[in-house]
Amino acid sequence: MELLVALIIGVLVATGVYLCLRARTFSVVLGLTLLGYGVNLFLFAMGGLKINQVAVVGASVDPTDPLTQALVLTAIVIGFAMTAFLVVLALRSQGEQHSDHVDGQDGEQRS
Amino acid sequence: MTHWIIAPILIPALAGLLLLLEVRERQRLRRFTGLLSCVALVPVALVLWQQAAQGDVGVYQLGNWQAPFGIVLVLDKLSALMLLLTALLALPALLYGCAGDDRRGANFHALFQFQLMGINGAFLTGDLFNLFVFFEVLLIASYGLALHGRGPERVKAGLHYVVLNLAGSALFLIALGLIYGTTGTLNMADFAVKAQALQGSEQILVTVAVLLLWVVFGLKAALFPLYFWLPATYANATAPVAALFAIMTKVGIYAILRMQALAFSDGPLAGLGADLLWWLALVTLALAAIGALSASRLGGLVAYLVVMSVGTLVAALSVGEPQTVGPALYYLIHSTLICAALFLLCDLLRRSRGDGEDRLESGPPLAHGKWLGAAFFAAAVAVVGLPPLSGFIGKLALLQAVPSAPYWTILLLAGLAGLVGMSRAGSTLFWRVHGEVVDRKLGKRRVIPMLALLLASPALALAAEPLLQLCAGVAGQLADPTIYIRAVLGGAS
Repeated sequence: MELLVALIIGVLVATGVYLCLRARTFSVVLGLTLLGYGVNLFLFAMGGLKINQVAVVGASVDPTDPLTQALVLTAIVIGFAMTAFLVVLALRSQGEQHSDHVDGQDGEQRS
Repeated sequence: MTHWIIAPILIPALAGLLLLLEVRERQRLRRFTGLLSCVALVPVALVLWQQAAQGDVGVYQLGNWQAPFGIVLVLDKLSALMLLLTALLALPALLYGCAGDDRRGANFHALFQFQLMGINGAFLTGDLFNLFVFFEVLLIASYGLALHGRGPERVKAGLHYVVLNLAGSALFLIALGLIYGTTGTLNMADFAVKAQALQGSEQILVTVAVLLLWVVFGLKAALFPLYFWLPATYANATAPVAALFAIMTKVGIYAILRMQALAFSDGPLAGLGADLLWWLALVTLALAAIGALSASRLGGLVAYLVVMSVGTLVAALSVGEPQTVGPALYYLIHSTLICAALFLLCDLLRRSRGDGEDRLESGPPLAHGKWLGAAFFAAAVAVVGLPPLSGFIGKLALLQAVPSAPYWTILLLAGLAGLVGMSRAGSTLFWRVHGEVVDRKLGKRRVIPMLALLLASPALALAAEPLLQLCAGVAGQLADPTIYIRAVLGGAS
């Protein structure tokens, strides 16, 4: 299971970084979202991976770490708000500059 | 008395919430609420400074949870000093904003308060994850403020700023995950204790995490190679916002200083990444000097001067000796206030020039040119570091404290570049003019806050001796991390 989780995190982060490096705002937004998922999963895994155990002391023999779940919850909420903001900003950038290029204008198509 | 520690976070938070409830059309009420909060922060910061200056570290346990398990706010001399600086900067910046810039967008006042809440929280918190949360609070408010007003340039710079900081947040979370995974704690004091006892692969993982933290703090502080966002963002932000942002880079510097003093002053991880920070800071300083020479707008020039101050400070702090920290803190206070004054002055020049531009080209003459020229001259002398103002004293103390050939060479050359840049900007703006002078009113409500910030420089110079001693006291407390750790963890450590 460790290998599977590690692979998933790796693929998510790699895809996220790749998309972040593209020149279109939409891919950058998607990239940051995927990067956020990868990071959240990583944070979650840092408490140790356990199957079928609840995060309540006393309710299970070997409880999982509840703190990482709280951290991930916070990170998800913040990440969600930031993504929403970024989408609005990307739309405004598109509206004001008539281009979805991250620099406001496309070097190749400007002419 | 113990509850005062949380007041610098609660006051702006309550004011921000009230501002969201208030009717948008009632601008005077909103200004009153915002100013009330900023005025209240000054005596609160003074009271807290009084409390911290006695040498005890104040600890506030949120929800009364014991230290390594719950989140704590910690008030030591460094936090109190930074809180006081923030309060003294925020009031003139908001006063300037109340002269009319706050009408250019809907939620200026609320965002301003949330930004203050984030900054104060970051200075107070004793928990790494809580530091992340306060960073996000101050960042999301700063996104809104950076975009305050309109214009395609602002949106473009804002987009870059937001994307970079979101990527930075992701790195921050990875670093926190690693730290929690290996040491099982996120409390700074507890982490400092546990970092001493790490072995083998755990030590390597924590090293990676801490270096990632340096990247994140370096991004906030605008350190090479992560400073490229700053000139565009600051130069395009509205004047009061840019003035408030002068403290934002210092939040990054504060975080580096805090972590270094607490966890990496000795033990197996002593001086972790300090060499790297030293060289990166010197490169930042050199590149900022080149940037200052090549700036085509006054706003851009001032932004590069901010980057220059960051390089100066981080280089001095990465030496890690207590005697360099004191002068660095004095220089930090000076550069924050003067850079903020310069951003406000830059806006005044733009207004009196008539075409609304701060391009460094021959243009229409300035209304009230003599007064503005005198102010610009004083600000330039202060920021570049010529006698008799505070920049000179700050740089002199730093040069004395850091006897290193590369530092002296680069700092002095960068000072020269700043001098050339400011002289060129001043002579272009004030002397290379054509056309008739058009009389424009600048308005007392803009001039007075700018002057207040500018007068900080002679005040800092006059009170240099006691202030340097005070900063040395702050550095002395930082040099002994056991005081902080014992206060937070009690007898448990």
